[in-house]
Amino acid sequence: MDAARNRRSHGLIWIWTLFVALVIYLPVACGALAGLSKGRYFLFPIRAFSFEWWEKTLDSLEIQRIVQTSILIALIVTLVSLAIAFFGALAFARYDWRGRRLYQKLLLLPIFFPQPVLGLALLLWFNALGIQPSWHTAIVAHLVWIVPVVTLVIAIQVYGFDPAMEEAAADLGAGRWMILKDVTLPILWPGIWSGALFAFLLSWGNFPLSLYTAGADSTIPKWLYSKMVAGYTPMVPALGTMSTLAAATLLLLGGAIAGFVRKRRAN
Amino acid sequence: MSDAALGAAGTTTGESRPKGRALRGIPAGVRCASPVALFMALGFLAPLLTVIGFAFAEPRTFTVFDSFTLENFAEIFDPADTVWMSFAWSLALALLTVVLLLFVCYPIAYGLVRVFGRWSSLVSIAFVFPLFISENVRLYGWTLFFINHGVLDGLLAQLGLPGPDVLFTPAITLFGMVYTYLPFMLFPMTLGLSMVPADLVEAARDFGASRTMIWREIELPLAMPGILIGALLTFVLAAGAVAEAKILGGQSVIMISHDIEIAFTYSQNWPRGAALAVLLMLVIGGLSMAVMARLDLDRILGRR
Repeated sequence: MDAARNRRSHGLIWIWTLFVALVIYLPVACGALAGLSKGRYFLFPIRAFSFEWWEKTLDSLEIQRIVQTSILIALIVTLVSLAIAFFGALAFARYDWRGRRLYQKLLLLPIFFPQPVLGLALLLWFNALGIQPSWHTAIVAHLVWIVPVVTLVIAIQVYGFDPAMEEAAADLGAGRWMILKDVTLPILWPGIWSGALFAFLLSWGNFPLSLYTAGADSTIPKWLYSKMVAGYTPMVPALGTMSTLAAATLLLLGGAIAGFVRKRRAN
Repeated sequence: MSDAALGAAGTTTGESRPKGRALRGIPAGVRCASPVALFMALGFLAPLLTVIGFAFAEPRTFTVFDSFTLENFAEIFDPADTVWMSFAWSLALALLTVVLLLFVCYPIAYGLVRVFGRWSSLVSIAFVFPLFISENVRLYGWTLFFINHGVLDGLLAQLGLPGPDVLFTPAITLFGMVYTYLPFMLFPMTLGLSMVPADLVEAARDFGASRTMIWREIELPLAMPGILIGALLTFVLAAGAVAEAKILGGQSVIMISHDIEIAFTYSQNWPRGAALAVLLMLVIGGLSMAVMARLDLDRILGRR
């Protein structure tokens, strides 16, 4: 009787989870439909499908520029956040030092902070410093939020790392660089790789920080918002869908590469 | 050789030899933490201090630390000022978001830990991925779903039913918030539930404990750190949310972040915006500190 009850509750959990997942992707699907429908205004059921808005979006010079800006910001954010967060994660999880507990908690504060308010605070700070906001300042803003996230992602990997490995390498006469290159980095590699994916994708999809700190420059989410508020065109859902597909492709590619490397190492 | 290295590093273990003489004697942890600490001091602490500075500046001025007045706060607490309503809406909707998400996420988190088995990672990815789509794109998708001649309206019309009238209401704002912040509740909660040892539950069942008893006496207390982090995270983020009210709610509800934004932009009254931000920061900062003081992050993240 217990087993039957268990099976039933497990079934309910599966149904609920699938339902919520469906609800989560429903608006994404609506956006995809709107971007593919012919005509200036969205009407459902869709009368005719066409790629005309996709073509217009791909042809637009303005959109090409903001896509380039978005990619550039995300790339720089990824590189800088990895460099800072790698050492930050070692301090978070690997070494015992006085002040570590406080450091762990303070580091989480930017994650526990509403991004619109953080963006406005940064805007005031740049202004007080006399810095004109542009895509450069947006990089700094993204980093304030993404560095703690990447630090956490790498730190989780560091927790599973046995310090004895480094000690053994040192005992065998390996230098500092050699230990880092041949022992520490290869072991922490999966954490660093997922940290990099997180950094790129979170920067790619970030809206509130870019909105307030990018000045006259625009990123994809910021441009989409300006069109949502004033001047809808089907290019909005079209570009939104493309941006989503790009993120999904990158995530799949990243996962595939990680799986491939793990397999090669196992052999 | 390694003895010398360990000696130089003091209490840290497995320390490789510091290269520069100046770095000798500084614990490795401090050296590793310093780039992050420096960046956060400049990119997080300094902006917050600037906001606090502006909160005490004369209204409608644009220089910080030049003047000192409490006028901005007096204005906000003046009963004639209706900004308290934005605070009330934001905090009430944030609280409701947390409560609803506790119920929505618990079965999924439980499933991820105990039921889904090898499907768990796929299900997790499905729930993480929306974080990489900007919230305005996802919320706008809901507008297309609910709007006149949109997906829902079109479907109902086919059935000869009247269209929905849910857009631009406080309820749809709440819905948008629950939708946006779901992953922030789900993953800490999953982390918390994964801290409950399965054999402990098994043992309790063997001794004849009922399901409710197991849940109340074992599962809930052991998973509590993760649930608390999830609740705190969603509350704090939802309290500062603004996109849901703008895109779905059609400003039927004014959120506090919107008032802050207006003060900084259209009305060009930075000190007022800063004072509002300081009040919001006091609420969320106080809550975060109170909750985080009770948590042991090493145990939650590292499962040591």
